[in-house]
Amino acid sequence: MSVLVNKDTRVLVQGMGKTGSFHTDKAIAYGTNVVGAVHPSKAGQTAHFEGDTDHSGVRGRADLYSVDVPIFRTVREAVEATGANATVVYVPPPFAADAIMEAAEAGVPLIITITEGIPVADMVLAKRYLDGKDVRLVGPNCPGVITPEECKIGIMPGYIHTPGKIGVVSRSGTLTYEAVHQLTLNGLGQTTAIGIGGDPVNGTNFVDALTAFNADPETEGVIMIGEIGGTAEEDAAEWIKANMTKPVAAFIAGTSAPAGKRMGHAGAIISGGKGTAAAKIEALESAGVVMAPTPTDMGSAMLEALGR
Amino acid sequence: MKIHEYQAKALMKERGIPVPEGVVASTVDEAVAAVRPLIESTGNSVVVVKSQIHAGGRGKGRFKEHPDLGGVTVVLEGIQGGIEAAESRVRELATQMIGSTLVTIQTGEEGKVVNRLYVEQGIDIATELYLSVLLDRSTSRNIVMASTEGGTEIEVVAEETPEKIIKEEIDPGFGLTDFQAKRIAYGLGFEGDAFKNGVVFLKNLTAFAVDMDTDLVEINPLVVTTDGMVMALDGKMAFEENALYRHPDVLELRDATEEDAAELEAKEYGLSFISLDGSIGCMVNGAGLAMATMDIIKYVGGEPANFLDVGGGAEKDQIVAAFKLITEDRNVKGIFVNIFGGIMRCDVIANGVVAAVEEVGLDVPLVVRLEGTNVEIGKQIIDKSELNVVSATDMRDGAVKIVELTK
Repeated sequence: MSVLVNKDTRVLVQGMGKTGSFHTDKAIAYGTNVVGAVHPSKAGQTAHFEGDTDHSGVRGRADLYSVDVPIFRTVREAVEATGANATVVYVPPPFAADAIMEAAEAGVPLIITITEGIPVADMVLAKRYLDGKDVRLVGPNCPGVITPEECKIGIMPGYIHTPGKIGVVSRSGTLTYEAVHQLTLNGLGQTTAIGIGGDPVNGTNFVDALTAFNADPETEGVIMIGEIGGTAEEDAAEWIKANMTKPVAAFIAGTSAPAGKRMGHAGAIISGGKGTAAAKIEALESAGVVMAPTPTDMGSAMLEALGR
Repeated sequence: MKIHEYQAKALMKERGIPVPEGVVASTVDEAVAAVRPLIESTGNSVVVVKSQIHAGGRGKGRFKEHPDLGGVTVVLEGIQGGIEAAESRVRELATQMIGSTLVTIQTGEEGKVVNRLYVEQGIDIATELYLSVLLDRSTSRNIVMASTEGGTEIEVVAEETPEKIIKEEIDPGFGLTDFQAKRIAYGLGFEGDAFKNGVVFLKNLTAFAVDMDTDLVEINPLVVTTDGMVMALDGKMAFEENALYRHPDVLELRDATEEDAAELEAKEYGLSFISLDGSIGCMVNGAGLAMATMDIIKYVGGEPANFLDVGGGAEKDQIVAAFKLITEDRNVKGIFVNIFGGIMRCDVIANGVVAAVEEVGLDVPLVVRLEGTNVEIGKQIIDKSELNVVSATDMRDGAVKIVELTK
């Protein structure tokens, strides 16, 4: 079991440009079922992907792949033709929010947005468009979602992941890889790893991800990786205190960050004394979360949480 | 991106949002020349001389060179002595202010050099209020925040008297509705002409904020004049970086002298860089990992000199540029390269580091931690290069080693 994506997920790619093609190739190599793409200027063509799979030791997997992905003009056409039930957005920033709304309108239940640099106002509008629709948005500005050895949607390196019992949810890309790597070194595999992204306006938040992991029978514990800015971690702490039945470990990046500066991510800023790492750490600790004091201790913090 | 008060007021004026009359001056003579037309056209003998820097707290701020002089100074001499007296006081003030360094609670100890002044008409104020439009991250909507506590920092009001803060959420599909604008106007105690003017002001300002993709518009104080006008006496604006591409006119308002030169240079290479006060330079891929690297350096007793994210697709040129930025900082006594290769391969980083050291030179210790995609090839490249590089097994090991080496 897993959350959000699995071997039955039928993936659409919105934006089959250079970046979209590069990562679609890696996703197919990983075994992801990519069923179609939307790219108006290439509509009617097929994109061909072939090569060696990147984990050919997996049972039941061939060593080579050769896949043709049909390209469509609109999401609606693509969904009608392919039955896609998830989409990944690589569309450039000025057009990405519209791509999200188009996918929602076409009834795609899971929209994973990788694009970095979407104007905040566009995301505010897109989120309003999604209100009341049965749609889950992940991202933007995130590495994506992976269920090890089943489905990889996004830009994360597939090979570092191992199937297992831990749910991973994070605002940062490379820190997620770091956490996954440490979990694997500590003998802990992952059910699903969800990158929720570093933007101030995003879809899935910590509480959504924790809710999903809490309900997933295979997930035995969760590691969450937060950072300065906003109050998503504090909200998560409150939710954990009231609802979480599984052990949680966490790391918060930015204890040394100065106030008023955006630390790379658009959402990583301490403003008006709000969004500090100290406040987040305190809230999580009071909710019984095991905190990793440094980024090197994420794996051991998860082990400790499981042992409690 | 922040802009100056005089620029913010010009933008508001264009949109029919009332602001006092004013003239921007970058020389003493320009400042003096502004006085007569201001007093004659407004009939008010008072003018205000305001330092233009990208930082708040200017009124309470003081100049390093003139410890008794505030960054915003009201010139009352015109009331008794007429225009000439006002002019001679403005000459005195401008001579002291232009080129001097203003230190406020937001500039840090080093302060900021004042290159421009804004000479503004005096206003007969009845009440001072607070108004801002900003993003509420928890609802993913812009909100209007208002308070009767004008002149006070909103953070202080929020802490001490939160019941005095009025909030209205802006639905992106409709903008601020009339009834919401009225609700704020009632809450601020507007009456008569001020009520009508206030509702128009609120509607125009929120429409402006949404159309112009601002991160923040803060009017503190918003004033009601003795004749019922509602006016922005100050104007602080920041524009959202991701949306600047659709506002070329705003982009032209960028004042590079207000920004960190290294940070601007980094931007040109697609690097995300922030200068800090410590002695250990960092080069990392990914914003979260870059922050975490700073954290762990501090945790083991060091001080980071910078935040630097080379991004997920850095090539050799960017790594060389990153190295130059780090080594240009004279406080840097050692460098820690921390890479978790995902899509970014460790061998590309390793080749980049070797090329950068050959091109830029290296006279401080360098610790490199590589993990992830092609890590073995990356390590071989570093080993073969015969560079004076210390390898680290993980992040903590790397942080401990660079802190030891720079002691």
